[in-house]
Amino acid sequence: MHRFSLRHLAVLATLLTLLAGAARPAFAQPRAGGTLTIVQGAEPASLVSGVNTSTFIGTVSTKIHEGLLDYDFDFKPRPALAESWTVAPDGKTYTFKLRRGVTWHDGKPFTSADVKFSLEEIWKKLHPRGRVTFAKVTAVDTPDASTVVIRLSDPTPMMLSAFSSYESQVLPKHVYEGKDFTTHPALNAPIGTGPFVFKEWKKGDFIRLEKNPSYWDKGKPYLDAIVIRIIPDAAARSAALEKGEVQLGVFNPVPLSDVKRLTALPTVKAETRGYEYFAPMYMMEVNLRDEHLKDKRVRQAMMHALDRKFIADNIWFGFAKPATGPIVSSSPFYTTQGVPQYPYDVAKANAILDEAGLKRGAGNMRFKVSLTFPPVQPEIPRTAEYIKQALGRAGIDVELRNIDIATFIRQVYNWEFELTQNYLYLLPDPTLGVQRLYISANIKKGTPFANAAGYENKDVDAAFTAAQTENDQAKRKELFARAQRQIQEDLPAFNLLELSFVTLYSSKLVNHTMGADGPYGSFRDTYFQP
Amino acid sequence: MAVTLARPGVARFLARRLAQAVPTVLLIIVVNFLVLHLTPGDIVDVLAGEAGAATPEYVAMLRQRFGLDRPLAAQLGSYVWGVVNLDLGFSFRHNTTVLHLVLDRLPATLVLMGTSLGLAVALGVVFGVTAARHVNRPADGVIAVLVLLSYATPTFWIGLMLIVLFSVKLGWLPTGGMMTIGAGLSGFGRGLDVAHHLVLPAASLSLFYAAIYTRLMRASMLEVAGQDYVRTARAKGISETRVLYGHALRNALLPLVTVVGVQVGSLLGGSVLVESVFGWPGLGRLAFEAVQQRDYNLLLGILLMSSLLVIAVNLVIDLLYAVLDPRIELR
Repeated sequence: MHRFSLRHLAVLATLLTLLAGAARPAFAQPRAGGTLTIVQGAEPASLVSGVNTSTFIGTVSTKIHEGLLDYDFDFKPRPALAESWTVAPDGKTYTFKLRRGVTWHDGKPFTSADVKFSLEEIWKKLHPRGRVTFAKVTAVDTPDASTVVIRLSDPTPMMLSAFSSYESQVLPKHVYEGKDFTTHPALNAPIGTGPFVFKEWKKGDFIRLEKNPSYWDKGKPYLDAIVIRIIPDAAARSAALEKGEVQLGVFNPVPLSDVKRLTALPTVKAETRGYEYFAPMYMMEVNLRDEHLKDKRVRQAMMHALDRKFIADNIWFGFAKPATGPIVSSSPFYTTQGVPQYPYDVAKANAILDEAGLKRGAGNMRFKVSLTFPPVQPEIPRTAEYIKQALGRAGIDVELRNIDIATFIRQVYNWEFELTQNYLYLLPDPTLGVQRLYISANIKKGTPFANAAGYENKDVDAAFTAAQTENDQAKRKELFARAQRQIQEDLPAFNLLELSFVTLYSSKLVNHTMGADGPYGSFRDTYFQP
Repeated sequence: MAVTLARPGVARFLARRLAQAVPTVLLIIVVNFLVLHLTPGDIVDVLAGEAGAATPEYVAMLRQRFGLDRPLAAQLGSYVWGVVNLDLGFSFRHNTTVLHLVLDRLPATLVLMGTSLGLAVALGVVFGVTAARHVNRPADGVIAVLVLLSYATPTFWIGLMLIVLFSVKLGWLPTGGMMTIGAGLSGFGRGLDVAHHLVLPAASLSLFYAAIYTRLMRASMLEVAGQDYVRTARAKGISETRVLYGHALRNALLPLVTVVGVQVGSLLGGSVLVESVFGWPGLGRLAFEAVQQRDYNLLLGILLMSSLLVIAVNLVIDLLYAVLDPRIELR
């Protein structure tokens, strides 16, 4: 009898444990309270993304400010400050119905006048991409306090992907109107409508945000406060994550070589979703003015000489995959149909170069070329070292030039380079992120991230230009497909890898990545589970 | 000791040294300004790079707003004029005045520097004197090995290893930062909190210097120990400890004081690494970031502040000579 009851108990206990384990995720209720500490490697320049769209600003600013819309993982818009919206069939009128009863952190009501001011004075005038996005806007009407009507001269289909709190932040008219926006003191102590209110910025140390008690989404946010800690040293960031002093790090907070070690701990987990919005492409820009690089065959041979799978698996620790063209695979405009590919084949690379008449000379090399890169991530110099070896096998002598980002931008975009490597954000719409690198109208000396190659192709120009104002999604897709085929044939740039960035987070942290721009989410749903 | 300083020459000495400092500082400003503008790239390149996008109009607008489109001579002229009027300019990167930024960071740097320097000198004196006392015996050997190790190990590596041991493994000390965020402490509690955060960075920064000072003290104690007045003191029959610390040390300190004065400047530089590893909000890191971001106004402001600090410290050192050895005249 005694033994029987014990066994009974054991079974019961096991059952209960199983039930509890199974029940936890399914019935988990968001728990209010707690302070989330996010780690960043550098200090933001300000806390408003209106003029400077840097990452370090974006992660902080998007907790304080909001946009009209918000996006899920498939770039589908969701309501934010706008409760509903309609786009006229001709694509030239956008009507937004704003949420009522929203107030700024200083207590003033939020109205359509704030949206009109933000669009006309900031997004369209000062924002580096907004100038392009909102170029066709001719008028912003505000028939009443909760309605905004945007009128355009031509349809701009990409505009609907640009109303997030990061890309087009709604800012308070009563704070910024009539003053110089770029040096306004409120940029360092901003007033927004978001779930968190700015409290304190101890430069070089931390930024502290507190829960907005009168937030429109009642009961949210769950967290009491968010602290952003600045730790410039990567190894020290690793230690802080390991110790649990910080519970979230975004945009590769530690070198990729450290990710495996940290995620082996029970307290740290990794997430690679939430970067689809940025679409980071690891690429080599090619100066087509160079005597050897101007030959298309040389460029094609170079692509054959690079084992991009090897780079992705060994240098980027699997947080990357070979790209197939100038648009990333997560884009709705992505295609591989008819897009030429260059599989790894050193013999073929050598054969093409022989055929191009580039004979091997001194040191068994055909010609010399420089590769310029900024060491903004430890993986970039490693990749450069691989490229030197790989191209060496095809008889191309690569000289590595590792220089800081300011010098890099100055030299490359004044066309003083031969090859580069770096990653660029291709953004949700090709008109915004891809076109700038390839259309001939963008061969502009001194402009960063423009067509530095000097690439000119009438078909590519025509396809991108038509796609800017093409309102029919299927036709637009075909235009971008044409551009992808031609660019991958001509190779004015080597699109090497689609990178996937890593978010590291405490295993207790829930709902930190809620859409395609994960680190730029509002964090109103984020909470700690027990 | 106060009596020794109240000599008639002191005021004249101070006035003359301060007058000499003015052209030095001006020269420093001009050279710094010109050298900085030789580096390729400017703050607009960096801002555009961070933004990940830019149009030519946007870039031109920023350059014009920041005054970077003016000739170099005009930029230099207005900068020097500003400094003469105690205006260190505006940091476009941080969107606030340079003076505010520098003064905001100065206390953190002074706390870290002062503590490290104090610790390094104290350790250097104690270990140096002990090594000299037991010269060529086991204690001297042990100290020599320790000195060699701390001299040869890179500061940032020591910092990281201290974090791994004391923060991650043992959990005794925080991994970085200067205070517990949002703790709302004040007065004594706040001081204690900062001290808690200060232990690791100050220890890492002082180890290297402590090693140098130990060697220096050992050599200079051995030299002084052979002098007549020390032999006289021993002959009086007082204890060896009193002979060393009461009589020999004062003269043996002179070379150490000289080296400390020279090294204050390099300690500011060495703190860049330690400040980065421990996330300490000091001037060294601010300077390093200003270089990367081509924030010339800010960098010039920090360099100016550092040169003033070095000049002030050297003045104090000169006064200290006179205190330690009244035979030295202030001229």
